[in-house]
Amino acid sequence: MEFLRPATWAEALAAKADLPEAAPIQGGTDMMVELNFDVHRPAALLDLNRVAELTRWTAEADGRLRIGAGVPYARLIAELGDRLPGLAQAARTVGSPQIRNRGTVGGNLGAASPAGDSHPALLAGDAVIEVESAARGVRMIPADEFYLGVKRNTLLPDELIRAFWMSPASGPQYFSKVGTRNAMVIAVCSFAIALHPGERRVGAAIGSAAPTPRRARAAEEFLAAELDWDAPLEPAVLRRFGELATEAASPIDDVRGTAGYRRHAIGVMARRTLTWAWNDLRAGRTERRAG
Amino acid sequence: MSVAPARAPRDIAAPGGGGVGDSALRPDGVLKVRGEFAYSSDLWIDGMLWGATLRSPHPRAKILSIDTSEALAHPGVWTVLTHEDVPGRKHFGVDHTWDQPVLAFDEVRHQGEPIALVAADHPETARRALEKIRIEYEVLEPLTDARRAAFDPAYPRVQPRGNVARHQPVRVGDVDAARELAEVVVSGEFQVGMQDQAFLGPESGLAIPAEDGGVDLYVATQWMHNDLEQIGPCLGLAEDKIRMTLSGVGGAFGGREDLSMQIHAAMLALRTGKPVKIVYNRYESFFGHVHRHPAQMRYEYGATKDGRIVYADVEIILDGGAYTSSTKNVVGNAASLAVGPYVIPNVRIDAYGVYTNNPPCGAMRGFGAVQACFAFESMMDRLADACGLDPVTVRQVNAAAEGSALATGQIIWAPLPMAEMLQTARELPMPAPADTGDLRDLPGGVSQTTHGEGVRRGVGYGVGLKNICFSEGYDDYSTARVRLEVIGGEPVAMVHTAAAEVGQGLVTLEAQIARTELGVRRVVIQPADNRVGDAGSSSASRQSYMTGGAVMTACQAVREGMAALAAARFGHARDDLSFTGDKVVSESAGVLGTIAELLGDAVIEETREYHHRPTTGMDPVTGRGDSHAQLALCVHRAVVDVDVDLGLVKVVELAAVQDVGRILNRVALEGQIHGGSAQGLGLAVMEEIVVENGRVRNPSFTDYLIPTILDMPPMRLEILENADPRAPYGLRGAGEPSTLSSTPAIVAAIRDATGLALTRVPVRPEHITGSS
Ligand SMILES: Cc1cc2nc3c(=O)[nH]c(=O)nc-3n(C[C@H](O)[C@H](O)[C@H](O)COP(=O)(O)OP(=O)(O)OC[C@H]3O[C@@H](n4cnc5c(N)ncnc54)[C@H](O)[C@@H]3O)c2cc1C
Repeated sequence: MEFLRPATWAEALAAKADLPEAAPIQGGTDMMVELNFDVHRPAALLDLNRVAELTRWTAEADGRLRIGAGVPYARLIAELGDRLPGLAQAARTVGSPQIRNRGTVGGNLGAASPAGDSHPALLAGDAVIEVESAARGVRMIPADEFYLGVKRNTLLPDELIRAFWMSPASGPQYFSKVGTRNAMVIAVCSFAIALHPGERRVGAAIGSAAPTPRRARAAEEFLAAELDWDAPLEPAVLRRFGELATEAASPIDDVRGTAGYRRHAIGVMARRTLTWAWNDLRAGRTERRAG
Repeated sequence: MSVAPARAPRDIAAPGGGGVGDSALRPDGVLKVRGEFAYSSDLWIDGMLWGATLRSPHPRAKILSIDTSEALAHPGVWTVLTHEDVPGRKHFGVDHTWDQPVLAFDEVRHQGEPIALVAADHPETARRALEKIRIEYEVLEPLTDARRAAFDPAYPRVQPRGNVARHQPVRVGDVDAARELAEVVVSGEFQVGMQDQAFLGPESGLAIPAEDGGVDLYVATQWMHNDLEQIGPCLGLAEDKIRMTLSGVGGAFGGREDLSMQIHAAMLALRTGKPVKIVYNRYESFFGHVHRHPAQMRYEYGATKDGRIVYADVEIILDGGAYTSSTKNVVGNAASLAVGPYVIPNVRIDAYGVYTNNPPCGAMRGFGAVQACFAFESMMDRLADACGLDPVTVRQVNAAAEGSALATGQIIWAPLPMAEMLQTARELPMPAPADTGDLRDLPGGVSQTTHGEGVRRGVGYGVGLKNICFSEGYDDYSTARVRLEVIGGEPVAMVHTAAAEVGQGLVTLEAQIARTELGVRRVVIQPADNRVGDAGSSSASRQSYMTGGAVMTACQAVREGMAALAAARFGHARDDLSFTGDKVVSESAGVLGTIAELLGDAVIEETREYHHRPTTGMDPVTGRGDSHAQLALCVHRAVVDVDVDLGLVKVVELAAVQDVGRILNRVALEGQIHGGSAQGLGLAVMEEIVVENGRVRNPSFTDYLIPTILDMPPMRLEILENADPRAPYGLRGAGEPSTLSSTPAIVAAIRDATGLALTRVPVRPEHITGSS
């Protein structure tokens, strides 16, 4: 197997154009497991670890954050936890400290597993994925359009993920994930919520409960229409939100959980996270928990 | 003997000091923490080849043909072997039923059964060559219904001798008559899922062909001599042609009692004339060892209104999978301990071990007793409910004690303060309520499923009674050779046994015993190999008792030799002399001199066998017999927080009260109780090999979940020391009992929090929420 080690982004794009079947590797926390289990035998590995810019993030002029595909979870939590609380909470649930030191959102997007933890937070927070090829340059893909199917994304064979863009949270955000163990567990299902009080809008997304991570659109639209932003949360609104979030799911029975349980749990998480976010909003908080 | 490979075990000097009762340091401790310990997967020798195993994808199929030609032609491949190449007997088996093929022929009986072997100069080459072996199968519908296997004569046979490996009844009194008199009747059906040992060090080892036509085997096992008894005949080699050395064992828990790669690596080495290493990967490891028997259990108890049990009617079916492995002993334990440490005047127990095309099951920590304990402790809680008693009282009312009889009629000869232990557990302070400000304290942890909503607390109790050492008339013994001589001016005791250090701390204990018995400070532990006699298995919580006993008696024999020298040299009576701190001491005259001076050039070496008191078999009709060598009791109190809306559980505290007879090394002992409790926690709430139609659906640590540090709570331990008069130092084996009682205690606590019946372990979230 060939092992390619480009030193710059341009070299990386050129290498990928030359050898589209080369598999990029960043943290390797997904790729190495797949190699060990003999799921893939790529013709070549394209190691992105020498491309320094992938591990940087910047605050852009338009107020958004542009975060390199290779920024590991541990740094996301430490450096951006205040501005991207939903994503940081999701990052905090990924694997173990070792995995969070190596694993990246870029890798999560590359793998595009429906159970990847960053996805619901990216969806609820309106992230845009910046991908690039040597031949056609940059494409900006809203997270919503990025996932195509189980472990499939819109990336073309000559493209690499360069960064993702997100606005700093304008309101409370929460991420919640059910697993059958209290740490280091793949999501049985997950849920993310982001309040955008300025726009009187709520982002909501589900993970591990459909072939792809997906927005709970009907639930979002319901809140956009029905939520009274100046009043306490009405139980009927909360209940309906839970039902619509559940309806967004099309889960399966698998070894991690049953479809019925996943639907049920999505409803519980939707109601709980909306309640927390609402309480925070009313109390003027953004996030509270230790852990 | 040929050159030893790199990373092979060597003599190890036991660090520090400390005799029996001290928390002496582990010789392997620092190495393991630093990642420097040499496990069997680290073995290396120049020029070695890599072996790989082709396994059946089908749980049940006829093998119509095997074509290895393309694989043999693959560059880098040295040989490809099938059943035709097995030099000797074509079957082996851990427990004298030799029904497991070295390599399958005619038929495969479980998914993952080995069919062919490849040796190549690179592991990846070997793996790719496996794909070129062509096998024609006639795939058959797997036989996976354990109940039909037990009772339906029309059910097709997995093994030609029938589908029941063992049926063991136990009969006491008259259950039917007692049923008429019972004022309260409770019943239940319970299930235990298939648990895995989940050791971290995969099956691995190295076989080096020797000039005498034999083979040197470096392997990680639990019982070298039992391996040898099977390996020799299958290779067609006399036992003295096979030199076995225990290499670093990365955990065992029963999963290394059966052979895995031993014969395979030796066959490849003998065929190619080259050293051959085999290392399973994690996926293969799930097919490379046996698991805990899943169980289906039906219980009915009758009692008086005040909670006194008058009869028990019990049926236990244990699914042993395709081959016998340890099933017969598992059935023996389940039958003899089916109602646990409770005095019940009328008993009808039927325990069955059956063959199916499910994955083979065999030894795992607490075997047989673990399954039964979940059922009988669940029954005690049902009885408590039915009689309006609290769970501790109902257990105390029926508790066995010294002098009571087990269901088998065996009289408990040593202290068994069960009622008092329960009282102690009940009176321990309760943990504080959950801190809802810290996610790590709540069910779901940092996955943030609750900030306190839906969380309910529950408390439950469990009591487990485990037989220690081998039971049912087996002549159980261990051998130790101890040599005392002066090295570098200091007396050094060399301890040599074939007993497997599997992480439990046996080598630490051997050094402690040598220091106590010989009064010397320096002890060297030699690698375990078959140049010394059989030590028996590192299982059944028996090595402190058996190999501890053997080291103790060998040391005592060496001490006698030393005392004879000292009596002659100093003119004191032998019973006036003792040895301590490297010195010869007289009770009347104080220090007489050093052991080093006394010994000079003399070498004292003694080998001793240690046997425990003989046991008897169980009567095949009534189950009666003095079948157990020792019994050990553990009581757990579990406190849990359950998110009842999501079905997630946080075990808040596990408190244990265990009687160990004598604390030999507190740190090591606590480690055993913590570990056993954690494994029981795993069975209670997450650990299961999910099998569907004979196929394993989760052969990885991604989906076979074991507890992490955020799942395992701090433990409060109360350790009692009521000596067993028959055992060395009065000790009781301590490796297993906590594995039994923690599972039912946790499930009882979840029931207490939720009000649900929960009759199956592991309890899954959907069992709690009811949303299947
Ligand atoms: C023990 C363990 C626990 C885990 N727990 C979790 C968990 O709780 N939640 C979770 O979501 N995941 C978990 N994972 C999976 C993994 O850690 C995550 O998916 C992580 O985000 C992968 O990031 P990485 O940088 O390591 O990716 P890599 O393994 O380097 O790559 C993953 C995939 O992305 C592609 N890729 C990487 N970078 C790029 C790029 N710039 N452009 C295009 N394609 C790219 C690769 O080709 C590959 O297909 C766990 C893994 C392990 C081993």
